[in-house]
Amino acid sequence: MSTLELDRGRPTEAKLRVIDCDIHPAMNAWTEVHPYLAKKWIEHLTVYGSHLRHAFSEALTHPRMSPDAARVDAYPDEGGPPGSSLSLMRSQHLDPNGVAFGMLIPLRWNPGSQRNLDFGVALTQAMNTWQVERWVKNEPRLRASILIAQEDTVGSVAEIEARASDPNFTQILLLPRTDEPLGRRRYWPIFEAAARNNLPVAVHVGGTNGHPSTGGGWPSYYMEEHHAVAETMQSVLSSLVFEGVFERFPALRVVIMEGGLGWIPSFSARMDKHWLRLRSEVPHLKRSPSEYVREHVWFTTQPMEEPGRASQLIDLFDRIGWDRLLFSTDYPHWDFDDPRHAFKAPLSEAQRAQLLYGNAQAFYGIG
Amino acid sequence: MARHVVATVDDIAPGQRKLVQVEGRDIGIFNVGGEFFAIANRCPHEGASLCKGRVVGLVESSEPGSYQFSRPGEMVRCPWHGWEFDLRTGKSFCDPRRTKVRAFDLKVEEGAALVEETLLRAETFPVSIERQYVVIEV
Repeated sequence: MSTLELDRGRPTEAKLRVIDCDIHPAMNAWTEVHPYLAKKWIEHLTVYGSHLRHAFSEALTHPRMSPDAARVDAYPDEGGPPGSSLSLMRSQHLDPNGVAFGMLIPLRWNPGSQRNLDFGVALTQAMNTWQVERWVKNEPRLRASILIAQEDTVGSVAEIEARASDPNFTQILLLPRTDEPLGRRRYWPIFEAAARNNLPVAVHVGGTNGHPSTGGGWPSYYMEEHHAVAETMQSVLSSLVFEGVFERFPALRVVIMEGGLGWIPSFSARMDKHWLRLRSEVPHLKRSPSEYVREHVWFTTQPMEEPGRASQLIDLFDRIGWDRLLFSTDYPHWDFDDPRHAFKAPLSEAQRAQLLYGNAQAFYGIG
Repeated sequence: MARHVVATVDDIAPGQRKLVQVEGRDIGIFNVGGEFFAIANRCPHEGASLCKGRVVGLVESSEPGSYQFSRPGEMVRCPWHGWEFDLRTGKSFCDPRRTKVRAFDLKVEEGAALVEETLLRAETFPVSIERQYVVIEV
C-alpha cells in the first residue's frame, strides 16, 4: 500500500508541519527602509553613516566562512543578498519544509548597538514597519519581531507599546552583546513592558558592544567566534537570574536564540551549586537558579547538537525540558538546520511534532 | 548495474558541474581540469545539494603556522555546513569512514565506440560517433 511506503521512507514534504522560530530577512539595499525613516535620519545616514562600536561598521565582527554567513544556494536569481527574496524563501524553504509560521529575526544594521541612540531607535521603528510592509503583509505565514534599541530604554518601551497590540508582531527582539549584562537594572523597563504586554523577549546571538566576544579576549578564528555565542548566552542567563529579573517580573518569558543547547544543563547545575553555598550574596533569589531557567526561559534548537550517541541528545532534551525547545532553521544562513535531518536521534512522531510545531504554537499562541 | 551516457564532454567545462538523474538518483558530474568525477548529489549530513557547493582545493598543515595547498578543484564543499568531500572518492575529509557520498565509476568514451554497445542506457540521449561522452555505471 502506498501509505505504508510513505511511512517507511523519510518524512514527506506534505507531512512536515513546522514553526520556524528563526528566519533572517534581508534588504536589497538600505533604501528599502527610507520610506519609514524621517528625512533627518536618511540624511544622517548619507552624511555620517552607521556607527557601531567596532571598526568597519558594515562588517561583521569576524569574517564568516561563507559570504553573508549564508547558504551558498540561497542567492536569489534576480540578485540581492540571501534572505532578500520572498519568492525564493517560499520555494526554497517555506513550501518544501512545511513551514506553517516563521518568525522574522532581522539582524542587519544592528540598531541596538548603534552609538547614536536616537538613530538606533529610529532604525528600529523603520525596520519594524519594514518587516510588516515588505514581508508579513505579503506572506501570511511570517510574523515580525519588535526590534528595540535596548541602550535607550525610553525609546525601547515606546516602540514596544506602539507595536504591542499589532498581531503582526509576536515578540520583542534584541541582541545579547549589550553595553552591560542584560539583567542589569538599566534594562528593567524593557522587561516590565514585555511582561505587561505578555510579549516574550527574544535574545538572538549578535550585537557589537565593543567588548571582546569571549571572556578571554578577541579570538583569531571564526570558529572561536562561533563557539563564543554559547558563552555570551551564558552571561545573559546568569545575569538575568542573579540580578533577580525573574523574581521581579514573574510573567517574563525569554527565548535564547541560536546559543546552542548542550551547555544548558551543566550551566544550570553550576549556578545551583554556587547558589547553595553563596545564596546570601543574592538574597533576592527565592528559588534555585535552575528553577528560574526552567520556568522562564525557552531555547531555539539551531544549531542542533550532534553528540556521538543518539541517546545523549534524548538525555539533553530530558534535562532541558522538551517543552522548552522551539525549532528553528536560521534560514538563509550557512548553519541552517533542515527539519527532516536536524535531530540525529530517533524521535517518536509525538516528540517530533512537539519540537517542530507544538511548543512554538503554545508559546506564541498561534496556529 | 548498467552504463549510462549522461553528458557530452563539452557539456561541462573545467571547474563546472552538472546535475543528472539516473535511475531515480541525483548525481553530480564534476569536471576537474579535464578529468571527470561523479558523486551522489545529496549531502549525508542534512541533505543539501552538493552540486550547489563551491569546488575548492585541499588545505592541510603539518604544524601550526605552516600551510600546504594541493589538489586544486578536487574537493566540493557542501553549500550549507561546509563539509568537504573528495570528488575522487566521495569521502569527507574530516570523517571519511562514516560521512561519505557514493562515488560512481565514470569513463569518457568515444561516440564511435558507444554506438556499438547494445546494453548502453542512452534512450533519451542521442549519441553521435564523432563526439566524446561521459558514461557512468549505476
